[in-house]
Amino acid sequence: MSSADRPVSKRPLSPHLQVYRIQLTSLLSITHRATGIALTLGALYLVWWIVAIAAGPDAYATVSSFSGSIVGRLMLLGWTFSLFYHLANGIRHLVWDAGRGLDLKTTYMSGWLVVLSASALTVIAWIAAYALR
Amino acid sequence: MAEFALPANSKIKTGTTHPAPAGATNLRAFKVYRWSPDSGDNPSVDTYQVDMGSCGPMVLDALIKIKNEMDPTLTFRRSCREGVCGSCAMNIDGTNTLACTKFIDEVKGDVKVYPLPHMPVVKDLVPDLNLVYAQLASIEPWLKSQTPPPDRERLQSPQERAKLDGLWECILCFCCTTSCPSYWWNGERYLGPAVLLQAYRWIADSRDEATGERLDALQDPFRLYRCHTIMNCTKTCPKSLNPAKAIAEIKKLMVARQ
Repeated sequence: MSSADRPVSKRPLSPHLQVYRIQLTSLLSITHRATGIALTLGALYLVWWIVAIAAGPDAYATVSSFSGSIVGRLMLLGWTFSLFYHLANGIRHLVWDAGRGLDLKTTYMSGWLVVLSASALTVIAWIAAYALR
Repeated sequence: MAEFALPANSKIKTGTTHPAPAGATNLRAFKVYRWSPDSGDNPSVDTYQVDMGSCGPMVLDALIKIKNEMDPTLTFRRSCREGVCGSCAMNIDGTNTLACTKFIDEVKGDVKVYPLPHMPVVKDLVPDLNLVYAQLASIEPWLKSQTPPPDRERLQSPQERAKLDGLWECILCFCCTTSCPSYWWNGERYLGPAVLLQAYRWIADSRDEATGERLDALQDPFRLYRCHTIMNCTKTCPKSLNPAKAIAEIKKLMVARQ
């Protein structure tokens, strides 16, 4: 029987994302993916910046003024957090791949540790950036 | 590709409210997913005002009370009512668990009851489990050996036997598999945590002689490697088992044999 003449199931699909409680396990996982995507976009920004340096002072001034704007700074803040989050959670994944730290208690502890260290590193990086300006 | 929204025929409508019997004072609202293949309608969530003064402590007690006293059409699976059969697995208060071992008191506010997530619904709280059972059969969950059978039992040392602890206790309720977003998006090709834990249960068995063959069958971008260590499985398991750990052990064996 080809898929075309197979009767279409009229059974509804039970709700999933709509009803499943958001919890640290799934939240940190989806954040890992989202920060990965943000980092890819951040890499494009980095390319734009480097190309602007090569292209001359006018192009560089354009990038600099965008980076200095409120929107630019917010994006840079997002990318900084993304970098540190993805790094910290990436290390967490490496430990898991070694078969360690997979019990629920350690998973929650390491999860909060990732959130804490990513936030702290972001704050430190920005304090350093403003101090060195 | 992941489909985040529910299909048109699965969108949930507001259902009817079943009031409590006269004289009941200690009320609790149960909001229960309903769908009947006979009506042709979309699913709905019905509200039942249950008199807690004459109700047992577990969510299953309330469901049985609703079926007995308020609405005999409510359909759900149940059998042992003590957490060993896995029949009454459902989504209660946002996480998957067994209705028979979930205290009503643990839930704050209205008690929301849905079928196991992202499954075809047969009726009300009864999901179609054919796919997960077929996936279980695909990992050949039985002892396989080439050596001739001994005259007595195949012996294990206490250490070898201890490797099966945390694996043999699985009751195949599929709470974990249906809590896994990766299984939601790729359930037709990813085996899911419950079946992979079963796969590891036979891989870890010192009496089983088909480890290589079993690992070969899992060497696939989807069957095993759609596990992204989200950990919803371990978080939700009503038997406090650790499917994520079992999957990690399989992944380690895959690397070790290369």
